[in-house]
Amino acid sequence: MTRITQFAASAALLAASAAPALAQEAQSLDQRVNAAFATATGPFVNFIFAPLPFNIMGQPFPWIVMWLVVGAAVFTAYFAFVQFRFFGHAIALVKGDYSDPNDAGEVSHFQALATALSGTVGLGNIAGVAVAVGIGGPGATFWMILAGLLGMASKFTECTLGVKYRNEYPDGTVSGGPMYYISKGFTELGLPGGKILAVLFSVFCILGALGGGNMFQANQAHAQISGIVGEYPGWITGIIFAGVVFAVIVGGVKSIAAVTEKVVPFMGILYVGAALIILLVNYDKIGWAFGQIFAGAFTGLGVAGGFVGALIQGFKRAAFSNEAGVGSAAIAHSAVKTKEPITEGFVSLLEPLIDTVVICTMTALVIVISQQLIVDPATGNYVLNEAGNAIATLDGNSGVALTSAAFGSAIGWFPYVLVIAVVLFAFSTMISWSYYGLKAWTYLFGEGKTTELVFKLIFCVFIVIGAAASLGPVIDFSDAAIFAMAVVNIFCLYFLMKLVRKELASYSARLKSGEIKKFVH
Amino acid sequence: MSTKLVVGLDGHSSGERALEFAKTLAAQIGSCELLVVYVIEWSPYSFQTAEENAQRHKRREEEISTAQERVVAPAVKALTDSGLSATGKVRHGNVADTLNDIAKEAGASQIIVARSTESGLSKRIFGSSTANLVMEASVPVTVVN
Repeated sequence: MTRITQFAASAALLAASAAPALAQEAQSLDQRVNAAFATATGPFVNFIFAPLPFNIMGQPFPWIVMWLVVGAAVFTAYFAFVQFRFFGHAIALVKGDYSDPNDAGEVSHFQALATALSGTVGLGNIAGVAVAVGIGGPGATFWMILAGLLGMASKFTECTLGVKYRNEYPDGTVSGGPMYYISKGFTELGLPGGKILAVLFSVFCILGALGGGNMFQANQAHAQISGIVGEYPGWITGIIFAGVVFAVIVGGVKSIAAVTEKVVPFMGILYVGAALIILLVNYDKIGWAFGQIFAGAFTGLGVAGGFVGALIQGFKRAAFSNEAGVGSAAIAHSAVKTKEPITEGFVSLLEPLIDTVVICTMTALVIVISQQLIVDPATGNYVLNEAGNAIATLDGNSGVALTSAAFGSAIGWFPYVLVIAVVLFAFSTMISWSYYGLKAWTYLFGEGKTTELVFKLIFCVFIVIGAAASLGPVIDFSDAAIFAMAVVNIFCLYFLMKLVRKELASYSARLKSGEIKKFVH
Repeated sequence: MSTKLVVGLDGHSSGERALEFAKTLAAQIGSCELLVVYVIEWSPYSFQTAEENAQRHKRREEEISTAQERVVAPAVKALTDSGLSATGKVRHGNVADTLNDIAKEAGASQIIVARSTESGLSKRIFGSSTANLVMEASVPVTVVN
């Protein structure tokens, strides 16, 4: 913690002293990076967010959002609401009730879940939700929660497969993830094309690691820091972040990663705690806020695109935040020690619950309750900004700045805590995604010191680009890359889900018969 | 049935004193089996990076073999050399809980440990492993100074 705050402090100092001299030149550098980036990623982004050929309630609807929600709904139905039926069992597994004491020292269910969570709980929960509520209004929260609940089934499916088809090497290390279950699972089922799909997934996973797992994080961390210390060029933040990440993933400076892994959970608890306090203080407005959320969910309350606009925003941000169906969690969960792959599937379904249903909802409630969004008193509808694409806010804030203003309006000093939280969340998400990206990279190019180093260097360069570019192009590319992973992953899960159903049937029969029982501790 | 004694080692010189004490005690008792245990402090509720998780199984094997080679095997050898019946065990877990569990499993009549060598903040907050063992153990505990 001290080391990281020192970094933040020196970043601020450096920025303050460098800013006046470099401002002009740097502005143009930032702008150049931004323009080049937007041009390069445009076609890919346009394809992923292309609307369906028909309108829904008169609104264009991106096919990718439909894809994710239909996927989650299919898994929910196919496994007969596994997320609710096995919820209690998932908790018992995390507590270690079913862990063999002789496996002490191996990766526990709790550790696998915590590691996966540290990759997903990040800026999506703080900045992403603000984007969703800022554009889609409070109603987006309703759809976000719904998508979170359905997403639990997607996560269950992919993480079970992640453990079942992981690679265990002779030296005792493990590698897992969609690229492994796609190629092995398709072979097992006698289906063609597994290898090609696995390669395609890996390519998108690398882009996702560089986008949502990297540039979006760097970008929003910069926005948050500059909101506190004043405007300064983004590449400065980028270089500092890149330096620290470089030290960890290339230099092997374990202490920074270790400190982050320990501090991040506490920041998460602190964040939820602060949100709860704000809600408690404003307890009289909670009913009203939920009223806004429900009304907005079905009418839109004047937001761009009406209720469909709210729905699209909610679904999009939920998927971006909890990554259900994306496949990244399958990589993180696959290291667990268990004889039954499906147990990790049960544990993983808690992830969207904690990430989206709890933490994202807290952020949304605080933004709504603190009344940052401007309402037209005459109609009760939200007022749009000048561009007409988002709700006008008190100070014209969006993204993480909106969340910060919302918390700040209730707890004056909280924006400072939020800066630390954002920097740490961004950092831990980057570390996690550097690993996911690396696994996809080595799947494509083979393992080896040089190939790994090449990826790690590219990863660090993208941190600088992400911090320097402006939010629009970065968020578009990040979403597009992460959703592209989901296109391949969910497509393959449709074929592989019957393997999971077999596991589920066998496991629940043995659980019922008492063959699988708790260990007495 | 012979008496079973569990000796908890921590890899420090204080552990040697516990071992010496156990040796003397075992000689006095006569028909006695010694179980030398080294517990690697570990919690299933800690936080690790994805990379650490991927390598955990390998590290665990390394930790066990290192502890076995450096601490447990020499201690067992010293005991058997002096004509006593002794076996060794390396486990991961909370030191106090694990020693107690092993003693219960083995049906040991006593646990012998050295005074703990921990210091600093964590000891102030969570207490030392030795103190915890004394408080929680289900068999008598001898603490050697």
